[in-house]
Amino acid sequence: MCGIVGLFLKDKALEPQLGAMLSQMLISLSDRGPDSAGIAIYGAPSKNEAKITIQSTKPDRDFRGLEAELANAIGTPVTIAVKSTHAVVRTTPAKIDEARDTIQALRPDIRIMGAGDVVEIYKEVGLPEAVVDRFDVRKMTGTHGIGHTRMATESAVTTMGAHPFSTGADQCLVHNGSLSNHNNVRRELIREGMTFETENDTEVAAAYLSSQMAHGKNLGEALEGTLSDLDGFFTFVVGTKNGFGVVRDPIACKPAVMAETDQYVAFGSEYRALTKLPGIDNARVWEPEPATVYFWEH
Amino acid sequence: MPATTLSKTAAHDPRVFDLDEMSLRELNQALHNLAPGSNETAWEVLNPKGSHSVAVGVDQPVAIDVRGSVGYYCGGMNSGSAITVHGSAGPGVGENMMSGSITVKGDASQYAGATGKGGLLVIEGNASSRCGISMKGIDIVVHGNIGHMSAFMAQSGNLVVLGDAGDALGDSIYEARLFVRGKVDSLGADCIAKEMRTEHLELLQGLLDRAGVTGVKPSEFKRYGSARTLYNFNIDNADAY
Repeated sequence: MCGIVGLFLKDKALEPQLGAMLSQMLISLSDRGPDSAGIAIYGAPSKNEAKITIQSTKPDRDFRGLEAELANAIGTPVTIAVKSTHAVVRTTPAKIDEARDTIQALRPDIRIMGAGDVVEIYKEVGLPEAVVDRFDVRKMTGTHGIGHTRMATESAVTTMGAHPFSTGADQCLVHNGSLSNHNNVRRELIREGMTFETENDTEVAAAYLSSQMAHGKNLGEALEGTLSDLDGFFTFVVGTKNGFGVVRDPIACKPAVMAETDQYVAFGSEYRALTKLPGIDNARVWEPEPATVYFWEH
Repeated sequence: MPATTLSKTAAHDPRVFDLDEMSLRELNQALHNLAPGSNETAWEVLNPKGSHSVAVGVDQPVAIDVRGSVGYYCGGMNSGSAITVHGSAGPGVGENMMSGSITVKGDASQYAGATGKGGLLVIEGNASSRCGISMKGIDIVVHGNIGHMSAFMAQSGNLVVLGDAGDALGDSIYEARLFVRGKVDSLGADCIAKEMRTEHLELLQGLLDRAGVTGVKPSEFKRYGSARTLYNFNIDNADAY
C-alpha cells in the first residue's frame, strides 16, 4: 500500500510551518504503511553552505569527534548537528563531494541519506509519528517537502529501505507502487556509473530521474521518461532544489489526490492527508490523470 | 398525540453524527442498529474529512446527508438508503450497492459503483478510472467524464455518461448498456457501438429523469455494448483475451 505526501509552498508566510504541515499530512496516512517513514525537507538556501544528511545505527560511536576529524581532513570548517540516528553535516559547497567521501572513509558504517544545497532527509523504521518526533520534524522550516509511510513489498524493512530515496544533489523521490523492471534499469544505470545503496525498486526510479536530469533534462522531461522506461505500478512524488513533481503510471491503480491554492500545491495518497491544510475547503482539488506529468518550480 | 398530527419536520429532525466528536464505528453501528420502520429516517454526517467506509452496509430506507468529502468505500453494500455526499468521494464509492441511491455532488475516484448489483449511483462531477467495473445491475449516471477502463467486464445494468469516456471503455463487457454523450477515447476488447432503438431512448430518458438530469436529450447519446465474440473461447480470438 504505502502513503505519500508532498507540499510545495507558494506563500513564504507558510514556510515556518512546513515541517508541521507535512508531519500532520504524513501521520494522517499512518494506516497505509506502518513499517517505516521518512521525510525530505527543502530549507532556505545559503550561499556558503551545503549539507549532507548522514545516518548511523550507532550514532554515539560514529558521530562523536567526527566534526573535528572531518574539518581537519578536508581543511575547511564543518558543523554537525546530530538528531537521533541522523546528523546534518554543513560545510562549504565546494567541499561537499570531498566531505562525503571523507565521511565514508573515516566512518565506514555511516550511510549517506542525501546531500545538496538545501535538502535534509530523515527516515527510520517505525510509525510516522515516531519518526516525526524522533527528528523533531514539526519544527523544521522550508519551501517544500515530501514524505512517505511504508508498507514494504519489494525489499526489507530497514532504514535504508525507507523512502525518500536521494540519488542526486537535492533530488529525492517517494513512491507508492512496485516496479517490475528495476533490476534491468539498475544494471543499465550501474553501467552509466551510478551507485546503489539497496536492492530497492524505488531507489532505481530515483536514480533513473537523477540520470535523466544529469543528461540535461528538466524535471518534467525526466518524469515523462518514467512512463516509457519504467514498468510497474507507480505514483511518484519528486522534489528537486526548486521543484516539485508528480507522475502516475498509465494504469494509475495507486491513489492520488492533489490540491492547489494561492498558498500551496499539496499531494496526498488520499484526501484525508489534505483536510487540515489552510483553505482546503476552497482549494482546487483533483485527481492527477494517469500518465500525465505535473510539476511546479520556484 | 395521534400519529396523524405529527408534523413531518418534527418526526424527522435529522440524527446528526459529527465525526470530529464521534467515531466512524459509532456512526456505522447506529445505522446498522436501525430496525425496519424506524422513525429515524434522516441522518446527517458532519466532518467526514476523507474517512473510509462512511455509511457502509446500511439496510434500511433512510436518507443520509454527508457534509463533506469521503474516502474509500462510502455507501458500500448499500441496501435501500439514499446517501448524498456533499463533496467528493474516494475510491470504491457504492461498491457492491444492492439498492437505494448514492449521489455524489463532487467527483468520484476510482472504481465508483464497482460490482454494484442494483440501485442508482449519481456522480455530479467526474468519475475516475474503472467506473462501473464488473457492474452487475446497478445504474450509474455521471454528469461529467469517466476515466479509462470503465465498465470493464460489466455484466448488467446501465452506465450513463454525459461527458467523455477514457480509453478501453467496456473492455470484455457482457450485457451492461453503456450510453456516452461525448467522445470515447477508445473501446475495449469486444465493446462496440450499437444502434439506439426506441426502447433504449425510453430507458435512457427514465435514467436521466431518475438522476435529476434536465436539458439533455437521450438522442444526444451513443450506445455501446458487447459484440459477444468473447463469450465462448475461440482460438482465433486468443489475442483479445
